Amino acid sequence: MTQAASSSQIESDANGAVAIAQRSADAEALPEGLTADDLVEVCRQMILVRTMDERIWMMNRQGKVPIAASCQGHEAAELGSLLAAQKDGDCFHFPYYRDLAVKMAAGLTPRQVMLSFMGKEGEPYSGARQFPLQGADLPRKIIQISNVVAAGLTQGVGYALACKMMGEKTVTICYFGDGATSQGETHEAMNFASIHRLPVIFVCENNKYAISTPQDSQMVISDVAARAEGYGFPGFVIDGLDLIACYEATRQGIAHARSAGPVLIEMKVERFMPHTTDDDDRRYRDRDALDAARQFDPVAVFPSQMVSRGILTQEQLDAFRSDATQQVNDATDFADAAQPPDASTIGDHLYVQG
Amino acid sequence: MPEMTVIEAVRSALHEEMERDERVFVMGEDVGQRGGVFLATQGFIEDFGPQRVIDSPLAEASIMGIALGAAFRGMRPIPEVQFSDFVWPSVNQLIGEAARAHYGTNGALKVPMTVRIPYGGGIRGGLFHSQNVEALFFHTPGLLVVTPSTPYEAKGLLKSAIRDDNPVIFLEHKKTYRLVRGEVPDEEYTLPIGPADIKRAGSDVTVVSYGLAMHYCLAAAEAVAADGIGAEVVDLRTLKPLDTETILDSVKKTGRLLVVHEDNISGGIGAEIAALAADEAFEYLDAPIARLCGPDVPTMPFAQTLEDAYMPSPDAIAAELRRLAAY
Repeated sequence: MTQAASSSQIESDANGAVAIAQRSADAEALPEGLTADDLVEVCRQMILVRTMDERIWMMNRQGKVPIAASCQGHEAAELGSLLAAQKDGDCFHFPYYRDLAVKMAAGLTPRQVMLSFMGKEGEPYSGARQFPLQGADLPRKIIQISNVVAAGLTQGVGYALACKMMGEKTVTICYFGDGATSQGETHEAMNFASIHRLPVIFVCENNKYAISTPQDSQMVISDVAARAEGYGFPGFVIDGLDLIACYEATRQGIAHARSAGPVLIEMKVERFMPHTTDDDDRRYRDRDALDAARQFDPVAVFPSQMVSRGILTQEQLDAFRSDATQQVNDATDFADAAQPPDASTIGDHLYVQG
Repeated sequence: MPEMTVIEAVRSALHEEMERDERVFVMGEDVGQRGGVFLATQGFIEDFGPQRVIDSPLAEASIMGIALGAAFRGMRPIPEVQFSDFVWPSVNQLIGEAARAHYGTNGALKVPMTVRIPYGGGIRGGLFHSQNVEALFFHTPGLLVVTPSTPYEAKGLLKSAIRDDNPVIFLEHKKTYRLVRGEVPDEEYTLPIGPADIKRAGSDVTVVSYGLAMHYCLAAAEAVAADGIGAEVVDLRTLKPLDTETILDSVKKTGRLLVVHEDNISGGIGAEIAALAADEAFEYLDAPIARLCGPDVPTMPFAQTLEDAYMPSPDAIAAELRRLAAY
């Protein structure tokens, strides 16, 4: 598998140029702003997200979830990034369809998640009009209108433009996969953000597959981040399986975006599951390579690291697992018993009235 | 009342709304120093500065995506598509995203965005500077589609569009920009999006149209009046929502319906109006419903002969009115 920088620091010189300084992932010192309690909490989230993700897949096989895209393998990138954004407190997110961990870390409850995947009344993103967790969750600062990849990038840039026009300090974070980087709108979004030095972070969660199409059929370069140079802003390659590295890159990215304009952070992740519940990745993925990648599964590795570093106890970890199972059981029962939206509401909210 | 052209009315509406509301801004190709290729934003960069009069890169998808994102935050963007023919790269953001944003978020997001699009032909624009693009937007739930034909309507409807919380496709027929003059009140006014306007009353034939073709219908109605035929000219002004009440009331009165538009005939606005009349005014009809529209070729070609062959003319409309009246 591709192992990029295990961690990084973004250092701006006087001219705004940026360099990456390597740092060991298991350094004893925690990155700026991060406490041991944060790491304990993020372990809890990680286990909850994975437990939820696995249950959603299971419920699809039981015929109760029509479609799901799994975030397994993306959790460290998404949770690390969100941790930095939440600590900053003034970030807005334009995620994409593989961002369950982003959406849960932003505050969505397991019950809300399961309502969404089962398409029930009370679904928080779209009133169950859209695919799960697609639409908007404005109380938690999230917009994701569609499945058209990269459409959210220009929208995120527009959101950032509006924030700037209004004199706000909000940083907009756009999340997208490697597949979206082939779209013309990705280019247009990055170019415009650069021209206007907008406070935007482009986070590419590169899992090396656009459904079945491998990265080398999508581009000839090895790092999407290299494209940033062409737009005149910094780009970084981060090990997306290293939560602390993703936290730190995002934290520094936020500071850079707010003071100097856009930044592109490429987080190299793995996609442990097929594209969606409708996909069969045995047609195109090498099983041995996938099994090898699973050795680096962040949901297995990161909590263990925290235990061995003495930040988390084994008892806490066990409790997180049992608690996650309990919460997901509760959410499943709750959503299963919930009603679907009433058919009479099909015409609601077509237009803003008045 | 002062008289002005359509483009002057558009400019006046934009200027007033930008003065009125700081959230309003314009963005598009050459809208800044150039003032737009049709000069709709002439002088705006001096009056409002480059922060609110944004010269965009030549990239329509992002013009629309960025405007949409800004609308999500509460700004009231007015993206300009330089020519309707260039709207296609941005169609995903309009039809795929903007039209679905309010519905697809169960009402959480609003899209207070007005997309200004100079459209239509008769100006030797050929295949890529003449297109009629209204049918696709007309077909799309979630959008409003406005097609003013006079300066008075252009100003009043544009101001309403800018104040509306829904995405509005505002189609300005570019041949009317300097051709059509009319009185526009000095005082503040708006016109509601939706209602059609009966531009000429008549009791024998209803002719429904919009934009430039509506003016040709007026000329034709004047011509057939000499033959004692009273043609009632309904100017739609808004295509979406369609003012079905005004159309049906007129058809029930006259018993005859002609729909005229420059856009291709198949799947156009006229097809929907014909279906409406057949559904809801069938027993009032004294003649078959007729459509006089652009033929099913891709826009009016460049050569004068071919452009003339495409465009509906007052003479052709008058001939149809006579045929229906005599039916």
